[in-house]
Amino acid sequence: MHEMGICDGILSSALRAAEDAGARRITRIEVSIGELTEVVDEALRFAFETLRRGTMADQAELVVNLVQARSECADCGAAFRHDRFDPKCPECGSYVVRLTQGKELRIDAIDAE
Amino acid sequence: MRIDIAKDVLEHNDALAEENRRVFADAGVFVVDLMASPGAGKTTTILATIAALRDRYRIAVIEGDVASRVDAEKIAAHGIPAVQINTGGACHLESAMIRRAVEQLDLGSLDLVIVENVGNLVCPTEFDLGEHAKVMILSVPEGHDKPYKYPGIFEISEAVILNKYDTLPVFDFDEAEFRSVVGRLNPRAPIFPMSAKTGEGVAAWADWLSARIDAVKGGAHDA
Repeated sequence: MHEMGICDGILSSALRAAEDAGARRITRIEVSIGELTEVVDEALRFAFETLRRGTMADQAELVVNLVQARSECADCGAAFRHDRFDPKCPECGSYVVRLTQGKELRIDAIDAE
Repeated sequence: MRIDIAKDVLEHNDALAEENRRVFADAGVFVVDLMASPGAGKTTTILATIAALRDRYRIAVIEGDVASRVDAEKIAAHGIPAVQINTGGACHLESAMIRRAVEQLDLGSLDLVIVENVGNLVCPTEFDLGEHAKVMILSVPEGHDKPYKYPGIFEISEAVILNKYDTLPVFDFDEAEFRSVVGRLNPRAPIFPMSAKTGEGVAAWADWLSARIDAVKGGAHDA
C-alpha cells in the first residue's frame, strides 16, 4: 500500500501550488503514472479519497494518465514498446536499450479556483 | 485556473535521499538496503553477513519493521549497533526515516550500514533511501515464479540473494527458469545462491559486498 505515500506526495504538491497561487479550492488534479511503477489505480484512488478529506482538494477529481513503457535502442536508434521480460530491440536484436518512459510518478497540473 | 506543476511525486523523498547520500559519502560509509518478503531470511542473512565481515569492517544495522524491537535486539545481542525503525503501519522505509535513524549512529566510526527494509516485494522499490545499493533476497520456498509477479524489485536490485538454498531438494524450485527470468529483467545483477543458516555460499556474497565497501572507502580517502 505504498499508494498512501505516493498520494501524500501528490496532495502536498497540489496543496502547496494552490496556496502559492492564492486559490481556495482544487477541482482537479492530473497525474502521470508509468506502467512499470506497480501503482494500483484502485489503491491510489482509495488513498486519495482518504487523504483529501478536510483539505481544499476535498471535492477534487483525480485524473490518472497511465504512461506506457517505451524503450530506445542504443545501437540502431529504434523506439519501441518496452517488454520488461524481453527487453531486446525488436529491430536489430540488441540488448543495449534505454527506457525512455514508463517509470513516471509525476504530478502534472491542477485546476483551482 | 490551471496551474502547471510537472513535479515528481516523490520529490520530497528523493531530495532527502540525496542529502543522505552526501552524508554517507562524507563519512565514507557504504549503505546497503536489503529487501525481501517477510520470512525470506533478512535478519539471518544480516547475521551471516556480520559474521563474515566483522573482522574487516565496522558494521551497524538499521532495522525497519512495522512494529516491535525483536530484530534490533537479535542484532544487538551480537555486539553490533542496531537502530530499530518502527514504521507504524507503513509498508516500506522512506529517506526521512533513515535520516532519523542515522542520527543515532556514529557514522564516522563505521564502514558498513546494513538497512533491513520492511518485508514487502513491492513498495520498497519506489523509495530511494540514499543507499549505495538495493539488494533483494528471495528464498527458495517462495518459488521461482516471483520475478514474474514482482518484476520491479528484481529490476532495481544490484544483486539477488537466493536464500535457503539448502532446501532446494524439497521444493519445486526451477533454478534455471529463475536465472533466466532474472537475467532478462536485470542482466547485470549477480545471483548468490546461499544458506544464511548453514553459511553455504555466504562467502561469494560477502566478497561482492566487500568490493563495493572498499570502492566507497577508497573514494572517501581520495576526497
